[in-house]
Amino acid sequence: MPTITIDGKQLTVDEGKTVIQAAEEAGIYIPRYCYHPGLRIVGQCRICLVEIEKMPKLQVACYTRVQDGMVVHVNSEKAKRARQQVLEFLLVNHPIDCPVCDQAGECYLQEYYMQFGLYDPKMVEDKNKKHKAVPVGPHVVLDSERCILCTRCVRFCDEISKTSELGVFHRGDHAELLPYPGRTLDNPYSANVVDICPVGALTERDFRFKVRVWYLDETKSVCPGCATGCNIEIHTSKARPYKNEGRRIARLKPRYNPDVNDYWICDYGRYGFLFVDDDSRIEQPLVKQNGEFQELSWDDALQMVSGVINTALENGKAVRILGSAQMTNEDLYALKRFGNEVLETHDIPVTVKPLEKPYSDDFLIREDKNPNTRGAALLGFDTEPAATEKLLTACRNGEVYTLIIFHHDLFKGFAEDEVKAALDKVDSVIFVGSNLNPTAELASYVLPSCTWAEKDGTFTNYAGRVQKINEAIEPLEGSLPEWKILRRLARQFDHTFAYFEAEDVFRDIVKKVPAFTGMSYRALGDRGMLVSENGRSVQQAEVKEELTVVSK
Amino acid sequence: MAETQGILMPLIQSECQILKNYRDRGGYEAAKKALSMTPDEVIQEVQSSNLRGLGGAGFPTGRKWAFVPKNSSKPVYLVVNCDESEPGTFKDKYIITRATHALIEGIIIASYAIGAHTAYIYIRGEYVRQAEVLEQAIQEAYDNGILGKKVLGKKFSLDVYVHRGAGAYICGEETALLESLEGKKGWPRMKPPFPAIEGLFRCPTIVNNVETLAYVPFIIKNGARWFAEMGTERSGGMRLYCVSGHVNKPGVYELPVTTTLREIIYEHAGGVPGNKKIKAVVPGGSSSPPLRADELDVAAEFDALMKLGTMAGSGGIIVMDEDTCLLEILTVTTHFYHHESCGQCTPCREGTGWMDKILNRMLSGEGRIEDVDHLEEIASGIMGNTICPLGDAAAMPVLGYLKRFREEFESHALYKKCFDGEFAELKAAS
Repeated sequence: MPTITIDGKQLTVDEGKTVIQAAEEAGIYIPRYCYHPGLRIVGQCRICLVEIEKMPKLQVACYTRVQDGMVVHVNSEKAKRARQQVLEFLLVNHPIDCPVCDQAGECYLQEYYMQFGLYDPKMVEDKNKKHKAVPVGPHVVLDSERCILCTRCVRFCDEISKTSELGVFHRGDHAELLPYPGRTLDNPYSANVVDICPVGALTERDFRFKVRVWYLDETKSVCPGCATGCNIEIHTSKARPYKNEGRRIARLKPRYNPDVNDYWICDYGRYGFLFVDDDSRIEQPLVKQNGEFQELSWDDALQMVSGVINTALENGKAVRILGSAQMTNEDLYALKRFGNEVLETHDIPVTVKPLEKPYSDDFLIREDKNPNTRGAALLGFDTEPAATEKLLTACRNGEVYTLIIFHHDLFKGFAEDEVKAALDKVDSVIFVGSNLNPTAELASYVLPSCTWAEKDGTFTNYAGRVQKINEAIEPLEGSLPEWKILRRLARQFDHTFAYFEAEDVFRDIVKKVPAFTGMSYRALGDRGMLVSENGRSVQQAEVKEELTVVSK
Repeated sequence: MAETQGILMPLIQSECQILKNYRDRGGYEAAKKALSMTPDEVIQEVQSSNLRGLGGAGFPTGRKWAFVPKNSSKPVYLVVNCDESEPGTFKDKYIITRATHALIEGIIIASYAIGAHTAYIYIRGEYVRQAEVLEQAIQEAYDNGILGKKVLGKKFSLDVYVHRGAGAYICGEETALLESLEGKKGWPRMKPPFPAIEGLFRCPTIVNNVETLAYVPFIIKNGARWFAEMGTERSGGMRLYCVSGHVNKPGVYELPVTTTLREIIYEHAGGVPGNKKIKAVVPGGSSSPPLRADELDVAAEFDALMKLGTMAGSGGIIVMDEDTCLLEILTVTTHFYHHESCGQCTPCREGTGWMDKILNRMLSGEGRIEDVDHLEEIASGIMGNTICPLGDAAAMPVLGYLKRFREEFESHALYKKCFDGEFAELKAAS
């Protein structure tokens, strides 16, 4: 392994590493625009120029591989001056319209000017005009004048989404990023180009002009959109949601996890948060009276619901549950206990097979749109769609007196008359969920649960990776996490679930369910842990950032 | 008219785009000789001849050939750079149209030496007529068993293809040329890997200039020593000088590389019209820094010119008399590089355009004295900091003109007129 010296620090790094990576290991940050660890290295922006002894010219740190005995000066006068000049060049034709640019606050032209620039500008000429505010696709808008032609987005479309919609046209300082003629940036991963754009050239159509980024809070979470469980950050604007159509979540951003999603998320996941502050949210428990829903307090609602269940149980009639893999492990575990201990039912289906086959691919988007089907299976739920079909048949045959439905809209999985015929035969339908849907409309009682963004918990992805979600915003109005609803409901039957935090439920899971052996919220960390097989804890493999260094 | 001296010139003058004419002058004998040698012997011979790359970089040709990995599992390619686009350069044009078969013979010998069975000639798009002549000569070579499955009846196969560029100066840069040849946008590649290791279609590739290859048959025929002895210790033979600008007899002259600029201008190109004094001479294409009139007693050769801070480049000598406005010259030159910058890497993309704007502003009479310093700073920011040499090619003239003729530019900035000699006194008085 080569030993090199960077700004006086000596270190030994792996063969094949580039200077920019080695410097990072030494704790020295070299600025970069075109370099992105998830993309091919092109050495175009030249901001990472460093001085290497015995080399006549400055070298780009992103492309240069370390060699034993190499002595690198990141902060020599020559290297510092070159960086300043590259920055100055980048701003020659840049409009410097930060006050009206949505990227302000997370723009690497701003950042690097303050860190590495601070020169006296000498540019007095007229700037080149290019295309502005071009909606290049459904989610992304382009300002060519702000573009610094780092080609990260071009490479993303070539290498990651493999759709190649973008290219650089024309030459010299007239060179311009644009979609190829007749193409739009419309692929399932298109908005990732906004994340990797280091400047304000590519911005999100949904997010832009809603909130300045410095007002945002960030919470680590996991996308609930499918079984992949891509790691995300939830960016919230709690102070001024009225600037954002009342939405407290401003945007979702991918969070790096080499075991799951690398640097990327899909557009379905990215824009899948709109239901959180949607009009369809259920804010208080509801009871149906004369065909109309009436709001009522949690105490009254729990009393009524437990009364219904009690009547059924006392008369020896069946109370059945349809769970949901949208629920966290904690919610599901509480549900399992409620089913087993209170209702003495062990047969709880969770899966409704959608009528229309959902979109999926071989990258991040999975057909199973539930984030926790694997978790449900590990916790003892029946994840086969047939189980749900069986349950509905039982309903239709009049064998179910009370049915508790979590989240599902049955109309998405069964024909309309099939659902109606089944639910008509059920004496009381209790719906627990965050948003009203056609199935909820048929319920007698509705209990509001909060969304994934409003609670702590864990999801287990398709590969068995248990990952933590965190409360980014407070539960809306009267909504509660399901495990809390179930704890309170169990209390009505004199069953005490001694859980005060989601973490308490998780501790119980770890104790009782072998697959979760050795886990804790702390141990899950930012990247999650794989469930153990045969009680043997599978520790996460050591993660190495995969970097592709390919010459063009 | 007496028989023209030189190596290629006699061919050019006797229409060696026609096979018979070339054969009459002993054509393709060298290729036969080379094919009976081992490839290593051929490389050694070229190496000893001190033949250097005459496209402009002056890299020793034999050494370049030796970089090709032996027994590579991938095919090896020879690519002929005929994108001749450097302003002031027009020599390859004559070789293609009049000494065509010498080029083809050079291609055969080079391909044999490096183990290539396919050669591509990348010719600039503007050379329409030239491409036609080339195609005809290649066809003639095929028809006569000179190219194809059995080259000259020997156990060596070679196919030669002509590929026309689409009109970009940058495609004369070897890696941009390869990209273009592969059907992509002409953006230079990062090095390493160098083309000899990973070039066309990621296979070992040697890129040689037309003139360089045209000399190869004569080195094989007459021996390395013959060629080397014509030149200096490190640079052999003769080369074609393209003389343009303020001379009485502009044109292409084939002379030993030891010939001085003064000899070329006054003895061969007929001196300056009206017996005017020379203000500046660009020795090797528009990207080479200019020399002053008192610096012309230098051999127009790679090493000697490098010592003066300029370069022999493509052999394009541009002469400017005393009445030439150097601001105008530099503005035109810079505009060219701005127009031809590919736009891939930052310093060249933004710097060339910026310099172009400043120079044009100065030319319109709105210059400021600080512009002169700014030009120098911008050019220094480009110099050495780009992916390919186009950045350097744009920066070197700016730095060069400012180094030797700064007062010309200061005069324009301060007095909105060309320097007339009084300025120095003014400056001294102040």
